[in-house]
Amino acid sequence: MSDTGPFLPRDRVWHPAALAPAYRSSVLRSPTKPLVAFPNSLSETSGPAFGHDMIGPLDHDLIRNFAAPGESALGPRLIVHGRVVDENGKGVPGALVEVWQANAGGRYRHKNEGYIAPLDPNFAGCGRVITGEDGAYRFLTIQPGAYPWPNGPNSWRPAHIHFSLFGGGFAQRLITQMYFEGDPLIPLCPIVNAIPDKAAVAQLVATLDMENTAPMDALCYRFDIVLRGRGQTLFENRMEGA
Amino acid sequence: MTKLRESPSQTAGPYVHIGCMPNAAGIGGVFPADLGAEMVNDQTLGERMTLILRVFDGEGAPMTDAVVEIWQADANGIYPGGEQGDPNFTGWGRQPADQEGAFTFHTIRPGTVPFADGRMQAPHVSLWIVARGINLGLNTRVYLPEDAAEHAADPVLSLVDPARRETLIARKGNSGYAIDIHLQGAHETVFFDI
Repeated sequence: MSDTGPFLPRDRVWHPAALAPAYRSSVLRSPTKPLVAFPNSLSETSGPAFGHDMIGPLDHDLIRNFAAPGESALGPRLIVHGRVVDENGKGVPGALVEVWQANAGGRYRHKNEGYIAPLDPNFAGCGRVITGEDGAYRFLTIQPGAYPWPNGPNSWRPAHIHFSLFGGGFAQRLITQMYFEGDPLIPLCPIVNAIPDKAAVAQLVATLDMENTAPMDALCYRFDIVLRGRGQTLFENRMEGA
Repeated sequence: MTKLRESPSQTAGPYVHIGCMPNAAGIGGVFPADLGAEMVNDQTLGERMTLILRVFDGEGAPMTDAVVEIWQADANGIYPGGEQGDPNFTGWGRQPADQEGAFTFHTIRPGTVPFADGRMQAPHVSLWIVARGINLGLNTRVYLPEDAAEHAADPVLSLVDPARRETLIARKGNSGYAIDIHLQGAHETVFFDI
């Protein structure tokens, strides 16, 4: 399989539609004309690369990366880990994974955020990791809280962690959200429900992973992420005699 | 071989800056600098170019909570990362809006790169836009106004309705190139399925 060839087409019925009226912000922010498709060129198949040397020792540790010396963030302690793979099931090494989230009370550290729940002075809510040779990643954090938002009269986001992913090509760029197994707010959320297929939603729900907890320290959730895969090039087809 | 399904996208939400550019969001001390903030240094080859983008919603309001990323070739038309690329150019930039809604990139004029079938493409910058209310990041391109001859032969522009091609071409202003991205309306920008 080529590491530089064109990507498999994106299934835009599997992804949320641009216009999902129950998610009110999408009404004025969704293009109304059809997208124009064209075959991938180098402009789409190449993308920025990030070295492991860019990552600081606490970048993956949201419990401590903003905390005062000797302090740590408040809330249930979690390990979140998984693999970044492509649609062909192959691990994506060297992928930059950026995460951000609210604190245990559902409050974001952001100037536009006005929720009554207090900030945690020892928690910023951002972290990043680069996947290893097999596509594996792991970070430490606290369980984010649910929070209300001005969509309907009583809308609450499920607990979630935002993920931003870079593969090897600019056409693989993806931002998504991770939810937590068993959260009853998931099926009520219009942002979740912008995704039409329940099997696609299930792919965003992390599962409790008791085998990989840190006993007497942190629970663990497993969250695997799939990026677009590269198709076979004509050259490879010939080589295989297809 | 069983093909897996791509993880479905979700909106970046209104607080994307916390994760993607914490320093610009006022969160200091976690990362030394925001990724993508600087694309060039003193040794970068090529003609310096300032690119100023504005993004508007369906009512013409500037989207000050969006994040824009760009990806482009170096002055010789080589994408960074390979051995032949300009080592002093990242090719990738990421910016938040300022208070007036402007996303400003300090970069260089890109060289030409080939299309999938070998034809040459006009110089262009690839864009990716995410924000609250955008469920899946939007892809578009910016072309430059001096390259009209190349535009006529560009394999991607040739797929676009001639009446809409102007939405992809920047204008030359006092402080650099500028382009307005309209998500909806009479001047709706052409977005691509790449």
